[in-house]
Amino acid sequence: MRILVVEDDREAAAYLTRGLRESGHIVDHAPDGEDGLHLAMGGNYDVAVVDRMMPRVDGLAMVRRMRDEGNKTPVLFLSALGEVDDRVKGLRAGGDDYLAKPYAFAELLARIDALARRNGTDAVVTKLGVGDLELDLLSRTATRNAQRIDLQPREFLLLEYLMRHAGQVVTRTMLLENVWEYHFDPQTNVIDVHISRLRAKIDKGFTEPLLHTVRGAGYSLRAAS
Amino acid sequence: MQLLDVFRTATFRLAFAYLCLFAVSVMLLLGFIYWRTAGFMATQADETILAEGQGLIEQYKRRGIMGLRTIIVERASRPGQRTLYLLSFGDAPLAGNLSRWPTDAAETAKGWINFSYARGVEEDQEVRPGRAVQMMLTGGFRLLVGRDMKEVNAIESTIRSTLLWALGITGFFGVAGGVWISRNVVRRLEVINRTSREIMSGDLTRRIPMQGSRDELDDLAGNLNQMLEQIERLMMGMREVADNIAHDLRTPLNRLRNKLEGALMGNTSRDEQMTALESAISEADGLISTFNSLLLIAEAETGAHRDTLELMDLSEVIHDIADLYEPAAEDRGVTLRFVAPSRITVRGNRSLLARAAANLVENALKYTPQGGSVTVSTGINPRDDRPTFSVRDSGPGIPEADRERVLDRFVRLERSRNTPGSGLGLSLVAAVARMHDAEIALEDAKPGLLATLTFPAVEENQAVIAAQPRRALLSPTKAQRAPEPETQG
Repeated sequence: MRILVVEDDREAAAYLTRGLRESGHIVDHAPDGEDGLHLAMGGNYDVAVVDRMMPRVDGLAMVRRMRDEGNKTPVLFLSALGEVDDRVKGLRAGGDDYLAKPYAFAELLARIDALARRNGTDAVVTKLGVGDLELDLLSRTATRNAQRIDLQPREFLLLEYLMRHAGQVVTRTMLLENVWEYHFDPQTNVIDVHISRLRAKIDKGFTEPLLHTVRGAGYSLRAAS
Repeated sequence: MQLLDVFRTATFRLAFAYLCLFAVSVMLLLGFIYWRTAGFMATQADETILAEGQGLIEQYKRRGIMGLRTIIVERASRPGQRTLYLLSFGDAPLAGNLSRWPTDAAETAKGWINFSYARGVEEDQEVRPGRAVQMMLTGGFRLLVGRDMKEVNAIESTIRSTLLWALGITGFFGVAGGVWISRNVVRRLEVINRTSREIMSGDLTRRIPMQGSRDELDDLAGNLNQMLEQIERLMMGMREVADNIAHDLRTPLNRLRNKLEGALMGNTSRDEQMTALESAISEADGLISTFNSLLLIAEAETGAHRDTLELMDLSEVIHDIADLYEPAAEDRGVTLRFVAPSRITVRGNRSLLARAAANLVENALKYTPQGGSVTVSTGINPRDDRPTFSVRDSGPGIPEADRERVLDRFVRLERSRNTPGSGLGLSLVAAVARMHDAEIALEDAKPGLLATLTFPAVEENQAVIAAQPRRALLSPTKAQRAPEPETQG
């Protein structure tokens, strides 16, 4: 993936660039919003990771200008301003996701992945499938190997999110934000328990497990093939 | 305070302006009184003289000069006679109690003169003022009828001096009163000023003394004191936070440092290093979450989100939280129940309320033993129609003496030292409650803890209130948490 990192703090930028390169991405770095805008408009990036507070042109203004000029590169805001209001501001300016500093690198990777793949799947889907697991979004039913699986409404949403991001790593925070719409970290392992319940419903009795735990990061729903 | 300073004060200037106005009106009043009294006395005297003169002319016409002379002689010799008579032919006196025509006569009006004359004999002589009318009679005779004016003048001058004294005294008391009033006001203001200066120089515990007179200066002092109280509380809060942060963040920071240093030591294996680094990261995560909680508490306490409050369904928020925690509870062998009438409206911030509810539920789950239960409920307090949200657990509860304290930051009771947590959970709940103008109460649920948030009443709950059975009338304390139809969360 081609990733643009716009970050003024040199150490943070070096860490980000190194980490992303080690994960197999091609990374360009811009130290401020103006250079960032220039690069974003010229290069064909899959995702832009943009810090909010930067000299010259700040992150919000930069993304606003990108959007004004018709650039649709998915943008992930990285910011020390992590309150709900700040998040809303970032998304209103045209950001696609918002991650508050300090963050875990696995979290950032998972989100970049989710953003990059979201790009281009704008078509309305009514059915999702992973391996022999199928989710019908219209009738709100899940089946595996033609066997009907009973899901609670929230479990359905959880499975839908996992299936939409099939093959990717999905972190607990992403689940909490997207399935429950909460922006805080519970002290207890609530998400893990929800996942293990879901796992019991979709994987129990089948030889090939679909829902995998990714150590130190989160979960991933994928077929073995 | 110097007297000169008193003159500079606003109070004195006001008092002085008032005094001037007052003095002018007093002067006008006294002038008017003087003018009326003196004028009246003068007119009366003149009229008497004129009447006497006219009577004498009448006599002259009727009885001739001899008759007039007789009358004048007779009248002038009456003892204690105040009227002055002089009948003369040309300048030669014929009769009367004046020996000669006055030499210093000053004519004031036609025929009227003011003059002085000598009275008494030789050494006992006295010069007295007189006022008279002089008339020319036919045949070269001249008649003067007048009055001794000494007493009238004396009365007039007495009145004049009395009035001047009155004016003087009024002026004196006016100035003195002005000084006194402004000194008093200034002294009390000075007390306020002095206290302010002391506070500015760092002594926040100082308060402005109140006189208990309930006047506007006392009001001012009272308001300032309340303001100071609030400032002091905020300052204390900040200091306390700083102290707590210093204590409770340094400890994990120190652990973090130790772990990193441990990983760097020469004889550690790669595996040990990895373990140390991983545990350092989780230490950092703990720090981050403590830090986030602190920020959120600070934000809730300054009321930064107050303008984001909107009407919302409390039951829905709580239901979602119960829904989120239910599997985790079951995992621990604890029953999580959610009890609520359909819709309870409060004015609130959804994400902060969810956060507070999550904290309460987490807290309850943490301390409830296996096989116990946690009940999350919303409702309307039947006594005052206020919406409530409560979490009740069957854990050990909190001793009564500690219930206030646990709402403070970083307070962890001795027995929970070994369970994970930052000690910020309940203080975050308390801060969110304050931001919503809600009251938080921790009670003994026998066994366990009952934490209740009571929100300000809103009109939108009328339908729920109307549908709610009024068991309150029978037994208010029990009805407060009367069982509602239960729904498993």
